[in-house]
Amino acid sequence: MSPAFMRLWGVPIVLGILTVIGLVAALLGDGLLDYVSFVTLGMPVALGAWHGLRKQGQ
Amino acid sequence: MTPVTIRRWAWVHKWSSLVCTVFMLLLCITGLPLIYHHEIGHLLGTEVESKPMPANTPKADLDKIIAAAKALYPGKQMMYMSQEPDDDTIWNLTLGDHGTDENYKATAVDARTAEVLPTPQFEGSFMSVMFHLHVDLYAGLWGKLFLGLMGLLLLVAIVSGVVLYAPFMRKLDFGTVRRARTPRTKWLDLHNLLGIVTLTWAFVVGATGMINTWADLMLKYWQATEMADMVAPYKNAPPLATFGSVQQAVLNAKAAEPTMKIGFIAFPGTPYTSEHHYGVFMNGVTPLTSRLYKPVLIDAQTARITDSRELPWYLTALLVSQPLHFGDYGGQLMKFLWAALDIATIIVLGSGLYLWLKRGVNVPARAGKDEAQIEPGLVPAMAHGEGK
Repeated sequence: MSPAFMRLWGVPIVLGILTVIGLVAALLGDGLLDYVSFVTLGMPVALGAWHGLRKQGQ
Repeated sequence: MTPVTIRRWAWVHKWSSLVCTVFMLLLCITGLPLIYHHEIGHLLGTEVESKPMPANTPKADLDKIIAAAKALYPGKQMMYMSQEPDDDTIWNLTLGDHGTDENYKATAVDARTAEVLPTPQFEGSFMSVMFHLHVDLYAGLWGKLFLGLMGLLLLVAIVSGVVLYAPFMRKLDFGTVRRARTPRTKWLDLHNLLGIVTLTWAFVVGATGMINTWADLMLKYWQATEMADMVAPYKNAPPLATFGSVQQAVLNAKAAEPTMKIGFIAFPGTPYTSEHHYGVFMNGVTPLTSRLYKPVLIDAQTARITDSRELPWYLTALLVSQPLHFGDYGGQLMKFLWAALDIATIIVLGSGLYLWLKRGVNVPARAGKDEAQIEPGLVPAMAHGEGK
């Protein structure tokens, strides 16, 4: 993996993996797994909201 | 990627999105209240609620419950009865003039007292409008299949969108939104940002939604193959004049599958069973198996079990795909995320439409130059929207 590839795709790949974990976790059990699901599936939402709403200088 | 390759992907992205965007916006907007259909039902008072009674109150005989519903709608025959997985104090029953009556009547009966509960009819309510616009556009099977095709185009748009993410974002850090530039640049960045964060979720929800549009076809196939096989001995039997006890049928089904509970019961004449059987559909008790059904077909005269089989793989796949579409398997926290991701998808769709509508507008020289630096040769194709 070249640094340029990781700079472009690193975050999207991690978010994709977190989303899959989040979608599957709550399917397999209740209780703790529901929270695992909330935290992992919440990451794409949080990052989207943070970058979408924050003031950016550029 | 060469400029020609990018232009081809841009063409695919543009047309797959343009065709499905209006329908996807409709699905996202109507899907939002559907996520919270229980809560909205409580607020509007359209949710049936039973009186609080001690948890160990004995349950009424099912034949009494059916008799109560039939007394309310004399002359109609039973179609289905079911319970919500989280509430065993209410039975929901539907009755009609025949087994496939679309103008069926629904009523709830208290599972302990066998008293009919006030039941608002679903058809015509706000949630039913949302439901039809989301599921079949009031056009039955063809409406479903049409929306399924739009779902397929969404998947194509998502894949081509991911391919195009690379040339647009190569020179930018993740999450960059160039707010100081033209509104089009800002919305392009937001489209890329929200598109890439919602990518996996939107793909899963789109794909499982598409699979759900094939549910009717899968059921028809199952009825014509497996179920026809299960009830083959009854093929030439005369129609039933009298029916046996449903209570006894359910007791027998429970004895055969002691670890499972009743999901729903289909009555003779409905598509889920034969003319001669009660179809008792059993659920497992774990989060995953509570989504699956095991049909137990019971002779509607003798209440003896005729046959019981696991569902075939395609129906299992359909049933497992449903929670992944509904987002109803992780409590309130998951519903909240489902709503947030749904809103993010609405913004992706809306900004995509905006970017297309603004394609012909000449961008100011400075901003145009900046965009051109992202990928030489790309901006003319994208900014003016004509792939040629």
